[in-house]
Order: sequence, then C-alpha cells, then structure tokens
Amino acid sequence: MTSRSYLYYPGCALQHRSHAYEVANQAVAAELDIELVELDDWNCCGATEYFTINRLPAYALVARNLALAAGQDGGDLLAPCSACFLNLYKTDRHMKQYPALAAKVNKALDAGNLHYEPGTVRVRHLLEAIITDIGLDELRARVRRPLYGLNLAAYYGCLIARPYPVFGSPEQPTMMDRLLEALGANVVPFSLKTYCCGGHMTQISEESAFEMIHRLIKNAAESGADALVTICPMCQLNLDIYQDAANKHYETNYFVPAMFFTQTIGLALGLAPDQLAFGQEFVSFAALIEKIQDAPPPRTRPERRPKQALPMPAMPEEV
Amino acid sequence: MTAIRTPTLYQQVVDSTPDGHRLDICLQCGTCGGSCPSGGDMQHTPREIFALLRAGYDDEVLRSNTPWYCVSCYACTVRCPQAIPITDLMYTIKQQAIARGYYDQHAAAKFSETFVGFVEQRGRSFEFGLATRFHLFHHPLQSIRLGMVGLNMLRHNRLALRPKSIRQMEQLAAILNKAKELAAKEMQA
Repeated sequence: MTSRSYLYYPGCALQHRSHAYEVANQAVAAELDIELVELDDWNCCGATEYFTINRLPAYALVARNLALAAGQDGGDLLAPCSACFLNLYKTDRHMKQYPALAAKVNKALDAGNLHYEPGTVRVRHLLEAIITDIGLDELRARVRRPLYGLNLAAYYGCLIARPYPVFGSPEQPTMMDRLLEALGANVVPFSLKTYCCGGHMTQISEESAFEMIHRLIKNAAESGADALVTICPMCQLNLDIYQDAANKHYETNYFVPAMFFTQTIGLALGLAPDQLAFGQEFVSFAALIEKIQDAPPPRTRPERRPKQALPMPAMPEEV
Repeated sequence: MTAIRTPTLYQQVVDSTPDGHRLDICLQCGTCGGSCPSGGDMQHTPREIFALLRAGYDDEVLRSNTPWYCVSCYACTVRCPQAIPITDLMYTIKQQAIARGYYDQHAAAKFSETFVGFVEQRGRSFEFGLATRFHLFHHPLQSIRLGMVGLNMLRHNRLALRPKSIRQMEQLAAILNKAKELAAKEMQA
C-alpha cells in the first residue's frame, strides 16, 4: 500500500484536555501508513467564542492557518476536531463566496506578511479522510481484533454535519456507522446522532448543558449502546467529564463511555489499550474491552411475519 | 427629498452577516425554535427575536438571553425553509449587544472574552487559565465544586497548568490588530 501524507491541524483541545485523541490519531495513522505532518506554528481557530466578540478578527485568526497551510503545501489539511474543521472550512468558503470579505481578511493578513487565496487549501475532517481515502474495504482487511459483541452508537454531533453537509445528510449521516460496522461492531440505531452536546454551555449555564448531555446518554443507553463513539473533543468532554454531573442532576445512573473514533479503530486494528491512551477517560472503557467476543454473535433474524399479525385481507376471487 | 437616516439595528445586523439579507424573506414559520436544543431556556424563540428585530424592538432584542443560549449547532440553519443563516445572525446580535453595552458585563460575554483574551495573547486557548479567571470572577460560590472537576481532570492527566504559545506571536498580533482596526471602521460606516 502506498503511504499517504496530509497536513495536520491538531487544535488546542488535543494538546492536553483531549490528548488521548491525539495519541490514538497518531497510533492509527502509523498503523494505516498515513503521515500526519503538523501545520507549523498553527494558532487556535477561535472555537465558537471569537465570532461572538468580533467577526473580522475571527476570520483573520482562522485565515492565518489557511495561509500557513497554503505556504507549507503538504496536501489536504486535516482537522480531528469538529469546531476547528468548521472554522477552517467556513472561512475558506466565505472568503471565496464574499470577495469583499476576502479583501478585508487579506488586508489584515498582509500586516503579518501573509496572503491567502480562497480555495487553495482543501480542509477535511480526519474521519472523512480515513473513510474516503483508505476506504472501508481496506480497513476491514486490516482489522485484527474485530469488535464482535460491542454495541456502539455513532455520535456525529453538530459541526461536521451542519451547516455544510460534507458527511451526506445533515440530519442522519451514516458514514461513521458504516465504519464501525466494518470494524465488526454492532451499530445501534441512535436517533440523536447529530444532536448538540451542549458545547460551551457547561461553563455558562450548567442546567441547559446537563439537559442536553442527559438526553444524549439516555437515548444512547436506551438504544442499547455500550458506548458512544465521538469525532470531536468538545463532544467527548461533555459526554465524559460531565456525565456524572448530568446523572446526579437528573437522579439517573446511565453509564455510557464516550470513545474517540480513532481509539475504536485502533482497538480493532489490534493496538493495545495503552497505545490508545485508554484510562484518561472519566467513564471507564475497561468493561468494553471485556465485552469483545471472539466470534460474531449469532444473528437473530426477526420472523418474517409475526404470529400475532393481522391476517392478510382476503382477495375477491376472480370470476 | 431624501433624508439621511442612521441605519436601524435590523439593517446593521443583516448588513454585517454573510447572506444576512435573507432575513427579509423570513416566513415566521417557527422551524428554528422547534429545532433548537436549548430553545426551552430562551426568553424568546429565534422566530420571536426575528419578529422583534424586524419590528424595531431593538431594546428587547439586545436585552434577550436568546442569542447567548444559542449553542451554535446550526440545526435551525439547515432546516430553515428560506435558507436564512440563523446561527450567523445570532453571532451578529451578540456582537451588537456587546458593542452597545447591553451584555458587556454578562457571564456569557465574559466567557467568550476571556477565551479570546488568551488566544490574542498566546495564539492558543488555555483552559486552566480560562476556568480559573472566569469562574472565580463570575461563579465564586460554585468554584469549589468546579475545582473538584478540575482536580479530577488533573488526575486523569487532562489539564495543563502552563499555557502554550505559538512561535510567531508578533505576526498574529499584527494581523489581529489590523483586523480590529478594519472592523472598527466597518462599525462606523
């Protein structure tokens, strides 16, 4: 297999708070012969905060990264965080769509001797790049420890599903569902797969945040999921670190670990839990590993016609 | 005869939002509020905010907690039958509320501002600093409980006590200062 190389924008969260995600990304990339070249001297994307304060500097902050990426010329720019992905993608797109905005952003970049021609850098989310470029067939072939017996809920969250539907449907994408199936897991139907995790609300209005977190863990647990699989450090943070607080607030005791999708891939590729930084999560993964079986569970087919079903209507006899 | 009038809040909001003028064709259908995960906590649903904004009830709009409860999930934006960029309009209303002094001391605005402060200083966000500076100032009574979350994060090796900075900080500062200057000019125009 030929090795692939990408520019990589890890984002602030992966530096420490969600370092497990970074560890898993690097481990899985090495295993899949993907080279992730870190964008040199990248800066924060501003998350959802800078656009609240001042629009133009918020665009300029993101555009510096795009200009650096264009200069470094290392292929598509991959972001593992949904907020980083959206800010980078949206800034590129808005600059292309609104030339007056692009002119102003470039005037600001000029003060730092940079320039960005919109459309030069292709911004992608890590998940999409793995699925599209490596492909599910090849992934399936590389699985050494299929995740038989694990019931997983694919949780996409907001910012890669919306507002730009790069993952297909903005309401019910299926890209990650197919990935998890390829790893041997059983993917449960999860109706809140693109529902918001609460974002920064844990810091501003806890009760609103707990309500959103609680809806998600309740829906996942009731769908039969052993774990949620996330693709964004913010989603993982809220579902993991605040799960206990949300449970206390609603007097429930749901227990739904939230894994990063590369941790799930790594596990199926046969990597050891420490290679994937297991143990940094608040809601433990330990029971999940125990649950993996050696053979796929027997498929229970529903009967074609339940016995209690209404009889078929009698057709009038042909004359 | 043409009279020179200062632009209304409505005009300012739609002018400074990409595609903001689509708000002109809002149907008042309420799909936005129905799709909103935090709509229950809002004083006005997004539909109501847009009705107030169009009718010139500027004070009610700027005082409302609605944009501050927007979690930026874009559920309304993708469902809006008129393709109005609702989430982006909420960002603009927040900027206007801060610029006009309505929300400048409010916790939600302070959180964003504290976050941005670290980014402007170092080029990276800094959670430990953000949490301590923001919560000690705004939620001193909750600080003990939040401190427990912080300790737990430290125990799981998920909290850095020292900030990281980018190398070319002068370059970023020059870019941001220039952008702020241009934004201030935009505001005056």
